[in-house]
Amino acid sequence: MSRNALGLWTMGVLSLVLVFGVPAIVETFALIDFTLFIAMAILSLSLAFVWGFGGILCFGQSAFFGLGAYTYAVAVINMGESTVPILLGILLPVILALVLGYFMFYGRVSDVYLAVITLAVSLVFYYLIGASAGEEYKIGSARLGGYNGMPSVPPINVPGDPSAAVEYEALYVPAAVLLAVVYFGLRALLASDFGRVLVSIRENEARTELLGYDARRIKTVALAIGAGIAGLSGVLFCAWGAYVSPTVFSLVFTAQIIMWILVGGLGTLTGAILGCVLIQYLATWLGETKIADVNIVLGAIFVAIVLLVPSGFVPMFARLGDTLTRRRGEAGS
Amino acid sequence: MDLAVVVVIQILYAVASLALISIGLAIIFGMMGVINFAHGEFLMMGGYAFILSYNAGVNFWIAMLVVAPVTIAVIGVVVERLIIRHLYGRVIETVLATWGLSLFLIGLAATVLGYHQKGVNPPFGTIRIGAYQEGGYTFFVIFVTLALMAALYVGFKYTRWGLIARGTMQNAQMASGIGVNVDRVYATTFGIGAALSGLAGAILAPIAGVLPEIGVTYVVKAFITVIGGGAVALAGTGAASSLFGAVSQAVTFLSRPVVGEVALLVVAIVLLRLLPLGITGRYFRRGL
Repeated sequence: MSRNALGLWTMGVLSLVLVFGVPAIVETFALIDFTLFIAMAILSLSLAFVWGFGGILCFGQSAFFGLGAYTYAVAVINMGESTVPILLGILLPVILALVLGYFMFYGRVSDVYLAVITLAVSLVFYYLIGASAGEEYKIGSARLGGYNGMPSVPPINVPGDPSAAVEYEALYVPAAVLLAVVYFGLRALLASDFGRVLVSIRENEARTELLGYDARRIKTVALAIGAGIAGLSGVLFCAWGAYVSPTVFSLVFTAQIIMWILVGGLGTLTGAILGCVLIQYLATWLGETKIADVNIVLGAIFVAIVLLVPSGFVPMFARLGDTLTRRRGEAGS
Repeated sequence: MDLAVVVVIQILYAVASLALISIGLAIIFGMMGVINFAHGEFLMMGGYAFILSYNAGVNFWIAMLVVAPVTIAVIGVVVERLIIRHLYGRVIETVLATWGLSLFLIGLAATVLGYHQKGVNPPFGTIRIGAYQEGGYTFFVIFVTLALMAALYVGFKYTRWGLIARGTMQNAQMASGIGVNVDRVYATTFGIGAALSGLAGAILAPIAGVLPEIGVTYVVKAFITVIGGGAVALAGTGAASSLFGAVSQAVTFLSRPVVGEVALLVVAIVLLRLLPLGITGRYFRRGL
């Protein structure tokens, strides 16, 4: 069996365990925590795709995430039913990404300049929503609430039945299923023609264009796909905590997403999930035990990884595993 | 008439403070192609160095104009040795590593100094302009920024060290070939950039106060100004901060400060779309 097929089977089994096994053995309280990790892992996957495979260093993934969360909050408060708000929470970030992608990629903005633009966009949201504290800032019956955020956002419900809420531990299974769908969906996408062209653009944009592919269009679409996934994650986050505030657009949150990817490794999807869970868990643990300031530890890890393990942990272990199996193969023959 | 004078002074002040917080970052980016995302924390530490040494009894001006820049220059050189040195030529990696450093420094400052805001009162009192009042310190900030820009221009243009630094920036290999110690030039440049950041942090401390997280509010503006200005440090910072500062201050007058901040960001976004390499990517390319 090739390594790829082996990995696919492993992840398949793991996701079955995640969906069916974990709820059976884990306590309710922990399950609620896990749901948050899953929502964040979906966000991590979205940036892993855009940055790791599209080569687009987007410092504004939190803008898509936050837009998804706020869209869901506003729409569900107004509609009282969650199906359409969820879809809107995905659709609006996609539209924003298409507009931004057209603006940036068709203007041939790249690299660090692209990072600045995406960062600026998420800060525009941060300031604007932060300034919406007054009574007059509401959309329909939903008050935006400025830096205090929007409390008491209604939970997700079974489609078509607003009285059947899916909240607390019940949100876990749908979230886990969504994580698996996003993960395998992205793998399928990367195995398709589109995915291959996207990776080749990351490797060499000029050469890919000379082969007749429109890099601008493909990068725009990739950004939009990543934005939709980030929006979905935002919806889950907002429904999970029944709350959203402008901190989702802040620089600190953006740094965190980038760190998940760096820890797991650029160019792997599995690594993005692992990196996210690892860092989130560490941050929560440090926050509870107060052994050391969270920022000191995370900052030191951040620096150490860039300097010492620039490829991230999953690719490093994969290479290590390859070397070991090859040695064993040589010894056996 | 009085109002017009006040408006002009406020716009000048907005431009000057933007240039002041950006210049250290700009020198490091322009000369070395390194984006130091811990820049905001250099400003924060400059502010602390000033306020703590002033509270310990050091003369106000010595604390601000000597202690703060020298302390941060030393820290800058250490950072260059430990982190930046290993990442030359890789812009994105330096952004990420220094971003981590910035988190680290915020955490460190919070642990050592606590989350209380520290401040000192700005000197010079107020100056009357017709029916309005303006803090004398505002004029001081504008004046210091102008003086600093002029000093940097002279330093880079007319001194032997400036010549070596510019040569190294243009072609590091060639400079090394004719006997320049490139490593030392980079370390010195980074130290100077850090010193300027420390100085800026100290100068703004009486106005903005100092908090462990205050760097976050500086770094984005500085980052956007520097990237918007492009690779030519002085001309780029001057042009970009004039544009961004004037727009954001003018919009602030017409509506409120938040809208001014947003206007700055929007102008930056549009600017980078039109001039993808910043202002000096097209204009003042032969500037300094």
